[in-house]
Amino acid sequence: MMIHTSLGRRGFLVSGAAVAGGFSLGFKLPFDDGVAHAQTVKEVNAWVVIHPDDKVVIRIARSEMGQGTLTGLCQLVAEELECDWNKVAWEYPTPGENLKRNRVWKNFSTGGSRGIRESQQYVREGGAIAREMLIAAAAKQWNVPAGDCSAANSVITHKGSGKTVTYGAVAAAAAELEPPKEVKLKDPKDWKIAGKPLKRLDTVEKVTGKQLYGMDHTMPGMLNATVRACPVIGGKLKDFDASKAEKMPGVKKIFAIDGNAVVVVADTYWQARTALEAVATNWDVGDLGKVSTDTINAMLKEGLDAKEAFVGNKAGDAQKAIEGAAKKVEAVYSFPYQHHVTMEPMNATARYTPEKCEVWCGTQNGEAALAAASEAAGLPVAKCEVYKLMLGGGFGRRGRSDYVRQAVLAAKEMPGTPIKLIWSREEDMTHCQYHPTTMAKMTAGLDAQGNLVGLHIRISGQSILASLLPQNLVNGMDPATFQGLMQSGAEATYGYDVPNLLIDHAMRNPHITAGFWRGVNVNQNAVYMECFMDELAEAAGQDPLAYRLKYLKPKWAAVLKAACDKAGYGKPLPEGRFHGISQVMGYGSYVAGVAEVSVSQDGQLKIHKITAATNPGHVVNPAQIDRQVAGSFVYGLSAALFGEITVKDGAVEQTNFDSYNVLRMDEMPDVETVLVPTNDFWGGVGEPTIAVAAPAVLNAIAKATGKRVRNLPLMHHELKKGA
Amino acid sequence: MAVLNVNGKAVEYTADPNTPLLWVLREQLGLTGTKYGCGIAQCGSCTVHIDGAPVRACHVPVNTVGTKKVVTIEALAENGMLNKIQKAWVELDVPQCGYCQSGMVMAATALLAAKPNPTDADIDEAMTNICRCGTYQQVRAAIHAAAKA
Repeated sequence: MMIHTSLGRRGFLVSGAAVAGGFSLGFKLPFDDGVAHAQTVKEVNAWVVIHPDDKVVIRIARSEMGQGTLTGLCQLVAEELECDWNKVAWEYPTPGENLKRNRVWKNFSTGGSRGIRESQQYVREGGAIAREMLIAAAAKQWNVPAGDCSAANSVITHKGSGKTVTYGAVAAAAAELEPPKEVKLKDPKDWKIAGKPLKRLDTVEKVTGKQLYGMDHTMPGMLNATVRACPVIGGKLKDFDASKAEKMPGVKKIFAIDGNAVVVVADTYWQARTALEAVATNWDVGDLGKVSTDTINAMLKEGLDAKEAFVGNKAGDAQKAIEGAAKKVEAVYSFPYQHHVTMEPMNATARYTPEKCEVWCGTQNGEAALAAASEAAGLPVAKCEVYKLMLGGGFGRRGRSDYVRQAVLAAKEMPGTPIKLIWSREEDMTHCQYHPTTMAKMTAGLDAQGNLVGLHIRISGQSILASLLPQNLVNGMDPATFQGLMQSGAEATYGYDVPNLLIDHAMRNPHITAGFWRGVNVNQNAVYMECFMDELAEAAGQDPLAYRLKYLKPKWAAVLKAACDKAGYGKPLPEGRFHGISQVMGYGSYVAGVAEVSVSQDGQLKIHKITAATNPGHVVNPAQIDRQVAGSFVYGLSAALFGEITVKDGAVEQTNFDSYNVLRMDEMPDVETVLVPTNDFWGGVGEPTIAVAAPAVLNAIAKATGKRVRNLPLMHHELKKGA
Repeated sequence: MAVLNVNGKAVEYTADPNTPLLWVLREQLGLTGTKYGCGIAQCGSCTVHIDGAPVRACHVPVNTVGTKKVVTIEALAENGMLNKIQKAWVELDVPQCGYCQSGMVMAATALLAAKPNPTDADIDEAMTNICRCGTYQQVRAAIHAAAKA
């Protein structure tokens, strides 16, 4: 079995930290000579390998990209396994091995904040089954009933005799036993490892430069490549002239792939990049060259009043209620394209021979990367393999395998030679699948007392499914468009009880590829709904919190109240500071945020503090939730303040951080996380709080300035009083 | 063949003189802890020390380095002992994806060498590195913790 191991924590001494040094996992890395080595220790089961010296290797199928899933899943396995946490290491099984073993590790896909909530049941069972097998092996050795033995901290004890044995001593015998058919999982109330604020398993490597990302992969004989695809997504390569570039130092080969891109292969990346700049390219972009942000916006505006639309959520008769209302409130909002900007640009290493295709890369979806490799190589999946490396950020971008396909196509041009294909930041910025752009026309009817009697939300804009997964459309409709506004379900349900409601979507799909972007459609839907709710409260002459609480269902209301209580909402603030609030349900969790902002006389915005409450149901690692929540505001506020991809002549205009700004240290507000778990469901935490960042801040700005910003990003708006 | 002084050793490399120091470190010397993030000195993932000062290696042509002393993330820990900034990073569990953290640690190490007790304003000014996971709050706390260590 070919296992990609973490060589983690080796040789570094960390004072006061819970980790022990000196791990060496007994596996050889698959890329050192390209030959798979037999593992030296037999697994207890698919999830657990225990070495004779008691080291516990836990296998994790989901990808670690910073969100802490790796540590959380190890905690869940270790909890049931009853092993010594200080002896835990981890490794990724490969997607190819998963297929060979009838998908024993189930889903590799890592997105939608599903890493823990959707694997918790089977990984805990995996740990519990391994524990029972270890106990059974000890009992057999002692010739006593397994029921008289117990396990704790990697040690099995026989009640009657007091005899003990460590896991490492019985793991080999346990591996030969039949696994139990059923196991009982612990009540989370009894957790000792899960639920605790344990430190991450992958930190030391990341502060010493030892952590290897896809970008850092190397192997004997490897060449480096870079690529320039047609700047207009969907355009084609007409022809190219490499006569100058092919004479440049280190250049090995220059060729076209997929009819839309030129690849330069050289000894080093820098040589490849320098040579690519000397390649002249002619593109055929057709009518796509006429598309601009203005034409896209015009297309979306038309959809705001279009007759035809997909209905996502409906109650009563919204239009009739609005027509008959004492007061009508209307507003149009818009949300631009945005880029993920992972810190590590896209890259993958591939080696192709007619017999086998192998890929080394960071990916959020190992199995999709395997399928992409198979398709690009023209080889059956059984002859392909993907070795997952650490991701320098994912945020949804690395769920797509376009860069894997390109690396394999490049490797196919030079069979037998490993090719590392690296995208420049500029290539990365201009060839993403972007956060979709949408607009929303919000129309509400209030009665004479200001009560909300009818609400129509018309969304117009791009569908992610139509762009990436058209086979998942439901009679043409993209249900994901309604994230956070859905009628029912445990995923992203609308929290307000409005008697007459219509939420519909006029799908308008420009040629720019749309994709999953951390938080996805919850982000803009929360802006639309939560900012408009403040507008309605204002129209009704009521406080935004009190107004919301009249309509919010209990779990939504509880988390909003928790955030407001912690932030001191309603109590006096320092001179010039204002609170804005928002709430949403997304990724199975209930979240709310309170932003405290000030706007100076000359229009300078300062976000002083964010108080964010989360009810994720069960809590697996409160310290990691705290970091995810704080980080989510960096992501959400980056988008709110600066995030905008624009289109000119069919191409994306932004190329790097100088034209696509993001939040930095000096702009980071103090974020306080409030955890209010109800312990009755499993929600995700990587994404939901992103969505409350922008509306909370926009609502606070409206309080501070009287200006209602309805079009993001904020950088285009003059906040100066009187301007 | 040209020579650089990297992590206390004279090392030979072969590259076009205009090649950025970043790519010589990564591709010629195998020091991949220094990361490529933007190539235009914006993100700070490639921060190294040149004669003790934090510098973005992606925009330093290798032929301008001469005999100056280059230090990379790989040389901060000595004899397996993390420096106090790295220790604070571990104790406060700062990194998420970690890709920007080599640059963060290098920038913070230089900051504390110049200002042993930095204020928040000092941190804001010195730590302009970009982190997309959003570790800024932990980075700030870890710098203050390291200053007290």
